[in-house]
Amino acid sequence: MQMNRMRKAALVLAAVGMALGTAAYASGASATTRESSAPQGLSTLKVALVAPSATNDLAFTQSMYSALETLKGTEKLQISVSANEYVVSQAADIIETYAHEGYNLIIAHGSQYGSIIEQLAPKFPKVSFAWGTAGATFGMKNVFAYEANSNEGGYVQGYMAALLSKSKVLGICGPIATGDAKLYVDGFVDGAKAAAAANNYKVTAHTVYTGSFSDNSLMASCAKTFVGNGADVLTGSSQSVVGAIGVAKSDHKLWFGTQWNQSSLAPHNVVSSQVYNWVPILKQMFTAIRGGTLGDATYVIGLGNGGEKINFNKGYTLSASVKTEAAKLIAEITDGSITVPQ
Amino acid sequence: MSHFFTYSILTATVVTALGLAAPFLLAALGETVGQRSGVINLGVDGIMLLSAFATYFTALKTGNLFFAILVGMGVGAVMGVVTAFISVTLKAEQGISGIGIYLFGLGFSDLLFIKLVGTPLPINTLNPINIPLLDRIPAIGGMFFKQTILVYVAFLLVPVVTFLLNRTTFGMKIRAAGENPAAADSVGVNVARIRWQAVLIGCTLAGLAGAALLLFDGIFQENLTQSEGFIAVALVYFGAWRPVGVMGGSVLYGLAIAVVLEWKSLGIIPLSASDLAATAPAVITVLALLTVARRFRQPAALGKPYERGG
Repeated sequence: MQMNRMRKAALVLAAVGMALGTAAYASGASATTRESSAPQGLSTLKVALVAPSATNDLAFTQSMYSALETLKGTEKLQISVSANEYVVSQAADIIETYAHEGYNLIIAHGSQYGSIIEQLAPKFPKVSFAWGTAGATFGMKNVFAYEANSNEGGYVQGYMAALLSKSKVLGICGPIATGDAKLYVDGFVDGAKAAAAANNYKVTAHTVYTGSFSDNSLMASCAKTFVGNGADVLTGSSQSVVGAIGVAKSDHKLWFGTQWNQSSLAPHNVVSSQVYNWVPILKQMFTAIRGGTLGDATYVIGLGNGGEKINFNKGYTLSASVKTEAAKLIAEITDGSITVPQ
Repeated sequence: MSHFFTYSILTATVVTALGLAAPFLLAALGETVGQRSGVINLGVDGIMLLSAFATYFTALKTGNLFFAILVGMGVGAVMGVVTAFISVTLKAEQGISGIGIYLFGLGFSDLLFIKLVGTPLPINTLNPINIPLLDRIPAIGGMFFKQTILVYVAFLLVPVVTFLLNRTTFGMKIRAAGENPAAADSVGVNVARIRWQAVLIGCTLAGLAGAALLLFDGIFQENLTQSEGFIAVALVYFGAWRPVGVMGGSVLYGLAIAVVLEWKSLGIIPLSASDLAATAPAVITVLALLTVARRFRQPAALGKPYERGG
């Protein structure tokens, strides 16, 4: 009898463990915040951001969150944020909840959310949805799409990487070959090849896609593999690059960032970062919504329209000649005399 | 493919493979000790996750990697107390309680990470240690003798655990508790105590495995282990409950991951086949399990709670 009681107690303990773990998992997996920062009124826009990583990820999510914060006052926004929604099915539930709650604009910040928007948008014709980075609005009147011509900054940084590399071996860590991540990787490789052709030497650019936007550990393993193969300059895209930047730092290799300024993660190793600025296109979306247009438009940021900027790390001493080459390329891409292939 | 068969690439592949194998080996050696005593612990993965987070957080706050490893092992030991209490003292069904511990480790490590850290920040990793003279052996010196301390520890533990299990009185009691606990009890072996000790050793090594995994990449994330703890349990079967066999399985698995990484890096595996290739290590392990494990018999009392006179 006593043994049975003990077994029951053990089962209860195991069940508590499972429940605690599950509850902790559920509560720890995502973070939803609601804030009211503008006076309620007819001109106030209720905007929800659903993003796959933290709002301070030094990458993709932070770029959008910061843009919204910048516009909060001037555009009279009431912002809600649901971060760390890397589980797409959970993100779908949250997006639907925001739609039921009558948000004016729901930004699904990640190409992985595309199918959700395609399914939900027809059910909520009075709600405006935006998703990126991708070019497809699915032909819907209430869906905006936004893209980043990250290949432009990628090209400039790839060019610099080839010039700076001593081994002439570069390592490029990609998440999933889609959206701005693929554009950046392709642009970086093209830039490196252009530098090699201009200077008459050969550059090897190793590229790996990890298959995940959130697997920091696998990205770090890729970076280690590149270093083992002789790469002395690394780069990568997505919010999962933090581990790879750590490898660059500990192995004293150079790093080129994208999406956000990543200098703080490796102050002596980051050469430059391509920084996204979504403010111009968000303003256009808000104006359109206030004017009664809820979607069916695609917006693109790039070096030419101020949506992307190459931020040189002050903690890294970049040779004047390389910086001059970079500035020249940026000017040529901006004025259209160079078109970076997509 | 010819790029792969150059000395520098092969060396890099083997170095990576051994680094990747170390966490599997540490966890599987610990699980071997536990299973030889009759206790199967499916919570290894959860314990590795908790220990990895403890190691990460300590390293992040103190910068002291040695202290961080000790904290990781300590967390493993604490989880060992919980595991032993449930499995040995309370005599719970070991599979179910192990899954409970795994889920707790998965959820709680993620919760702590989100609440205490938030944005993942990289930490320093362990520097390789060159073994004098041995690192200069042509061809293999660079592959095997320029590793981190935890890789050396993992492989040195193979003969240590073999000796412990086969050549000591304590090891004999562990094996007796796993094969025929009633007989062991009849000659004065305290089965519960032996199983407690074996589980504590196993979970402490699982904690060390979590630390080794964390320090390989220098970054923590939700579900860092990605079920490596379960692979470690499978490797015990693969290795037929023998440390040398477990080592063979761990190296095979580490090598499979490293080769896939290397081939992807060199473009040998095209992008279109990239996701399929990522499953190769698991497929290889399952095939190896199917071919090897059936030849050996598991400890007779594995997974069975011992009740005196029962």
